[in-house]
Amino acid sequence: VRRTATLLAMAALVGGPATLAVAAACPKTTLADVEDEVMCPVCGVPLALATEAPQAKRERAFIEREVASCKSKQEIKQELRAQFGDRVLALPPSKGFDVAAYVVPAVVVLAGLAAVTAVVLRRRRRGADEATPRAAPSLAGDDAARLDADLQRYDL
Amino acid sequence: LLDVKRVLSPLPLAAGLAVVAVVALLAYGVVSNEPSRSLDQKIAAGQRPAAPAFELPRLEGGSQRSLADFRGKVVLMNVWASWCGPCRQESPLLQRWHERMVRGGGTVLGVDTLDVKGDALGFIRKFNLTYPQLHDRDGDAIRKFGVIAYPESFVIDRTGKVAATQRGPVDDAFMRKHVAPLLGS
Repeated sequence: VRRTATLLAMAALVGGPATLAVAAACPKTTLADVEDEVMCPVCGVPLALATEAPQAKRERAFIEREVASCKSKQEIKQELRAQFGDRVLALPPSKGFDVAAYVVPAVVVLAGLAAVTAVVLRRRRRGADEATPRAAPSLAGDDAARLDADLQRYDL
Repeated sequence: LLDVKRVLSPLPLAAGLAVVAVVALLAYGVVSNEPSRSLDQKIAAGQRPAAPAFELPRLEGGSQRSLADFRGKVVLMNVWASWCGPCRQESPLLQRWHERMVRGGGTVLGVDTLDVKGDALGFIRKFNLTYPQLHDRDGDAIRKFGVIAYPESFVIDRTGKVAATQRGPVDDAFMRKHVAPLLGS
């Protein structure tokens, strides 16, 4: 009996901190953390927004079970993908037509930047042109002669 | 008057093309997500369109089965999910009709979709369903049938053509009207 008690005490000493460490690391995520990154596939909206849909409630219950079994957010998302396919992920996969979800915003941003740059350059060029003093128009024959005569008269 | 030279300059032209591209993309997205109602239209016109082909895994696991595997039988294909309330209500009726259909050379074929597999298997046990069950996890196969609500059912004749559709739960009157005559054929 004494030996058993000693062994149990040793096991508690060795295993105790490890058990506490596992308990501290679990749960690794929360329902709220996962549900804004996945979709309710039937409703077609992020799960966080689908409050009353029956499918959303089941999906939420599934996530809560996975959270309770100490899975990480990535692991839970993988499980959801295995259950419902790629469409359950709020961010679509980067293949097929879904690539448009990534390419179109990038192209729009680049096109916007290019347009803004072009407009700025054009305005700057126009401003520089306006700042350059224009050459005075040359005078016609009679006026030029009169100007020369006046300049000589006043000895300028 | 429209200044053609100004409109055709690179900047407005690029902006215009970008707007057209985004509108085209949105239009494609809307059209491609629109449920197809071609089956219903053809049936309403007195035709029997061919059932769209598909191959899906068994819900219980294991091998794949295609709709063509059931050729020669009258099939009531029932699309369901364990979270769907009306699916619960119609299940006992479907099981009764399955037993009747088996005697007449037919079967009910369940297609569980957008469902947690464990929940679906629990549903089958709860209602003692004995008819074959397939699993369409992301709903891709049944989209060809224009399914948008649950449950929906499709009566498929022995040659693989769709004889009737039910967008919603089936009842005894529907089964007597659309399934029973085919079992005699």
